[in-house]
Amino acid sequence: MTASHEDERPLLRVRGLTVAFPTAAGATEVVKSLDFDLARGGALGIVGESGSGKSMTSLAIMGLLPKGAERTGSIEFDGAELTALKEREMQAVRGDRIAMVFQDPLSSLNPYYTVGTQIAEAYRSHRTGVTRRQARRVAIEAMERVHIRDAARRVDHYPHQFSGGMRQRVMIAMTLSMEPDLIIADEPTTALDVTVQAQILDLLAEIRRDTGAGLILITHDLAVVSEVADHLVVMREGDLVEQGTAERVFCDPREPYTRMLLDAVPRIDDEIGLLKTTTAEEDR
Amino acid sequence: MSDAAEPLLRATRLVKEFNVHGGGLLGRTAKLRAVDDVSLEVRAGETLALVGESGSGKSTTARLVARLVDLTSGDIEFAGRPVHALTGKALHAYRSEVQMVFQDPYSSLNPKHSVERIVTAPLVYQKRPVPGGARAFTKALMERVGLNPDHSARFPAQFSGGQAQRIGIARALAVAPKLIIADEAVSALDVSVQAQVINLLRRLQDEEGFSYLFIAHDLAVVRQIATRVAVMSEGRIVETGDRDQVFEEPRDPYTRKLLAAVPRIRPEWDAARRRNEAARLERERQEADR
Repeated sequence: MTASHEDERPLLRVRGLTVAFPTAAGATEVVKSLDFDLARGGALGIVGESGSGKSMTSLAIMGLLPKGAERTGSIEFDGAELTALKEREMQAVRGDRIAMVFQDPLSSLNPYYTVGTQIAEAYRSHRTGVTRRQARRVAIEAMERVHIRDAARRVDHYPHQFSGGMRQRVMIAMTLSMEPDLIIADEPTTALDVTVQAQILDLLAEIRRDTGAGLILITHDLAVVSEVADHLVVMREGDLVEQGTAERVFCDPREPYTRMLLDAVPRIDDEIGLLKTTTAEEDR
Repeated sequence: MSDAAEPLLRATRLVKEFNVHGGGLLGRTAKLRAVDDVSLEVRAGETLALVGESGSGKSTTARLVARLVDLTSGDIEFAGRPVHALTGKALHAYRSEVQMVFQDPYSSLNPKHSVERIVTAPLVYQKRPVPGGARAFTKALMERVGLNPDHSARFPAQFSGGQAQRIGIARALAVAPKLIIADEAVSALDVSVQAQVINLLRRLQDEEGFSYLFIAHDLAVVRQIATRVAVMSEGRIVETGDRDQVFEEPRDPYTRKLLAAVPRIRPEWDAARRRNEAARLERERQEADR
């Protein structure tokens, strides 16, 4: 990431990305021809309500779509076309160069192994010639970097011995140990209490600052995305409704759907009665 | 509302302990105090929001007040009479005056029952006549909560999440309760649907004059709906006050920490958006005039 000509190219360039599920009545498109870029070191927020296709978009980038889903279009990551990679090659990219953080850390961690073993083994699977001892040290360092106190002792604990927020830190430690170029976080704080959410968002910001990794934040929460992202993609029912810098989209939304969404967000610091919806009541 | 007025609900020194089993064969049973000396009042026609993070005891408190779980100790008075020791018929009668709306509309609605059967169930259960007949009664209720009354024979799965929550609200309204306990009732909804349901809850309260005990973790939502706010942490209420006092001049350190952690859209962005929106509407008006 040092050469200047590389810096001009986006880290991620998505063109015509479509995800479809074949059904008896023909293919149902859940992601419809998306075009967007993520700049190097940038933070892109993909926002939408349920059914918008935002999570399918992240899974499509990771090559982790459910069985039967058809992906078309181009996903260029650091100059390489991901859609052309074989599964084995994609596995090398996944976790190593692109890491993912999910909503529910408990379901992403194996309850039978200590968190240290899981971080270390994930690391060893991507780095040849690393000893167990070295990997363990990497795990402890990664846990220290996500501010897990007493990491040298906690490394031998099992997932159930951590709180929800601490488990999410463990997941982030696991992604960090790989020093990825891109972190995709899919609703990473949705299951967390608000005070813990604030800590995890601070942590993600700190990691971006320290490592220069790009971030894609998938979320339904417009307040969260406004604090994290510098660029926004708004999705609805598989379509890209609007995109632009976060400031432009929040200050001057062009699409009626984006305006409706922004109107509907309850504000903690705003007067009551401003809660508006485009239709007075739900579709009848 | 004067402080002298008798509250609709007065809960005094509520305690709820659960038995927690220790590890191992000889593990001893410990007691977990989920609700620890909680006192609160809900006045007629107001919305008391009970807020807190997970494990704070807010949902257990709601269930104690609804008499869905038994108290370890404490008193509950409803409309001036004690209800904490009610059993049998008297408890059923209390439960018709206090209704609950839950977070997940689908799991709280019987998937095999039509809207008509769901909405009239509280009356049928209490062997009360359904005013005007089940069909007409259901249609009228559906209309009031913003659902298409022609869909009264449909099943929960045929509705969206927001519509299903409206069915849950209609069911709560069926017995004309004095108090509705809403436990994270809008938390699982998409933001646009959430706004509609919040507006619906406010409108229904304006029309009927009942009270809400509104359990929520989302402080921005609470700001839109509460008259007063009680903040819970680790089984205790740390602060109670009028909405604006709690949001603008929180007294307790935990309340301050909670408020500081809430993500917010930058006020200057919101201000710019309102200016741009006003300018856009003005442009559209001028174009229409031309």
